[in-house]
Amino acid sequence: MVEITSPRFKANAREALADKDLQRALTKVPSGFIAKRAKAREKLPEFDALRDRARDIKNHTLAHLDLYLERFEAKVKENGGHVHWAADAAEAREIVLKICRDLDARTVTKGKTMISEEIGLNDYLEEQGIEPVETDLGEYIIQLRKEHPSHIIAPAIHVNRDQVEADFRRVHGHLPQDRDLTAPETLLGEARGILRDRFLKADVGITGANFLVAETGTSIIVTNEGNGDLTQTLPKAHVVLASIEKITPTLQDVSQNLRVLARSATGQDMSVYTTFSTGPRRADDPDGPGEYHVVLLDNGRSSMLGSEFEEMLRCIRCGACMNHCPVYHTVGGHAYGWVYPGPMGAVLTPSLIGVDKAGHLPNASTFCGRCEEVCPMRIPLPKMMRHWREREFERHLQPATQRWGIKGWAFFARRPALYRAASGIAMRLLGAMGRKRGRFASLPLAGGWTSHRDFPSPQGKTFQQQWAERKR
Amino acid sequence: MTTTRSGGPRIGLFATCLVDLIRPSIGFAAAKLLEDAGCTVEVPPQTCCGQPAYNSGDRADAKAIARRTIEAFEPYDHVVAPSGSCSATMSKHYPELFAGDPAWEGRARAHAAKTHELVSFLVDVLSVTAVSAQWEGSATYHDSCSGLRELKVHAQPRNLLGGVAGLELREMAHPEVCCGFGGTFCVKYPDISNVMVGRKTDDIAATEADMVLAGDLGCLMNIAGKLKREGRRTEARHVAEVLAGMTDEPAIGEAER
Ligand code: SF4
Repeated sequence: MVEITSPRFKANAREALADKDLQRALTKVPSGFIAKRAKAREKLPEFDALRDRARDIKNHTLAHLDLYLERFEAKVKENGGHVHWAADAAEAREIVLKICRDLDARTVTKGKTMISEEIGLNDYLEEQGIEPVETDLGEYIIQLRKEHPSHIIAPAIHVNRDQVEADFRRVHGHLPQDRDLTAPETLLGEARGILRDRFLKADVGITGANFLVAETGTSIIVTNEGNGDLTQTLPKAHVVLASIEKITPTLQDVSQNLRVLARSATGQDMSVYTTFSTGPRRADDPDGPGEYHVVLLDNGRSSMLGSEFEEMLRCIRCGACMNHCPVYHTVGGHAYGWVYPGPMGAVLTPSLIGVDKAGHLPNASTFCGRCEEVCPMRIPLPKMMRHWREREFERHLQPATQRWGIKGWAFFARRPALYRAASGIAMRLLGAMGRKRGRFASLPLAGGWTSHRDFPSPQGKTFQQQWAERKR
Repeated sequence: MTTTRSGGPRIGLFATCLVDLIRPSIGFAAAKLLEDAGCTVEVPPQTCCGQPAYNSGDRADAKAIARRTIEAFEPYDHVVAPSGSCSATMSKHYPELFAGDPAWEGRARAHAAKTHELVSFLVDVLSVTAVSAQWEGSATYHDSCSGLRELKVHAQPRNLLGGVAGLELREMAHPEVCCGFGGTFCVKYPDISNVMVGRKTDDIAATEADMVLAGDLGCLMNIAGKLKREGRRTEARHVAEVLAGMTDEPAIGEAER
């Protein structure tokens, strides 16, 4: 299970800021993703209209989620596959274990899936004596490093190329020491070589799903490495891990939403591979898995339906919100302390693990609004973070100093006459103290501000005082 | 629209709490710009738009403050504020705050509909195309987040600054990136905020401009405070001060001359 460190977000952030390797790696985020998305958007004049359509499709789906889930289940069965409903992470893990046990599986290969992270599958399988092998390059790297993804589409974005090279030389000890690993392609090539063997040995292949199609019972993954295809076609069984909101009514709807997914994520028109899986291998298929299982995970999502957080279920995990988030750019994904980082994590994580544990996340935002501006599904992320803050305020979950700071301020702001009298005196005093120098290097009760920057001095009398005098 | 004897619209100037307390000269600059454009400007008793409470999850206080503000500004044709952030709170969030409240929803909507950020009001509503101001030197403009993303303030200040005699505008590489102020964010997460504002001051410094301008005093205090702490010489001012030709007061955080 991924350890939850969200309650120590502040300490995590401080460590992240002091970590030079991480800071070096994080420069790739804004420089790598932002311009590419902007270009892709520019090239497609109807991009913003497509976002509206994508939002509408998902809203419709969520309004009829039960119906589409049932249709999906019926279709999968018709195609000879199995659907398993998992209410929580523990149930999902057990379902996967049972499928593996029934096939005497020793090794499972895995395509990239965040649901696997959410349910802590790798550690669990290892405990049960089954070896999980990550086949996505980024996931493979972090598995070697015994880490967790720090980004939902670029799991190893926090690692630098030279660190990967060192890891490969350490772990792939049987390869010649003088081999050239300087280009990123050489790293991919080496990982491929190692993995080829594992693909052939695997008994079960586990992937996630970007979409589940209700109309056909199809699961769809998009990748750039093609590892997902080998993961799901070679072993005896293909297990799809997906959360319930991945449902999309028709193939037509999927083709529409695919048009915004890759553009928002990496700026590509389409990802290199878009793979459709519909049931197990049929008699006349040249290849394919003998069994096809879909594990549908709820894990708290159905309780978001009908709440002020329902819109979060439109998320297609493109990563654009974190790619554009200035807070993510400074602290990276691990600081958020659980599976989902950045703005989408700031909304989703409290829903899934509780706002009492994840309370920092929706607060650690300036509400700059860049996430909402780029979200292909037009999810109002700042608004929902504010809703979390409201819940925290109602439940007295924020630090007392913060709560009483706001309450104290509001006491005056609600009483204009008192406010004018008090602020008039205070500003004259502060102004008299600070005007000469123009600023304060430190101020009582304002350490959060003045530990890093000066506090500009007030000019003296308030605007309202001066205005009244001028008008007299 | 009711008109005054001068024929121009009657404006309730919402100074914003920061301008009221910290830098009244911005309020006077705003008033001058509006009066020069033919408006009648009044300043009804006011405190704050309520955003600090609203963004801290304290809806009850936010509403109480908002009700005060709505009442105070009901007599005016327009509410104008020298801040994208406070304007957006009133024009975008007041209706949401009172949604479903029969007594206040309509009044909140009316207030929202007539609320404007200062510079976009001058350009988009009053069709001001030029100001008669002068400032010798180079300046760079920081887009504060709410103004840019919620109110689409982007070209308007640049267009007016283009007409200030002697002023050369130099764009930052990333003028649209948040400065790390974020209201209470900067004191709740000071370490993160510090890195963000440090990136902003680096970006500003790279332009080698003499002055940084913005439309929100919160961002400007953050940026100016960091520039001073770093010992940099770049001045920080509200865009209204330059547009109104009122730059006699020391710049933000600057010592008295
Ligand atoms: S919230 Fe929006 S931008 Fe963020 S990952 Fe989900 S779909 Fe993408």
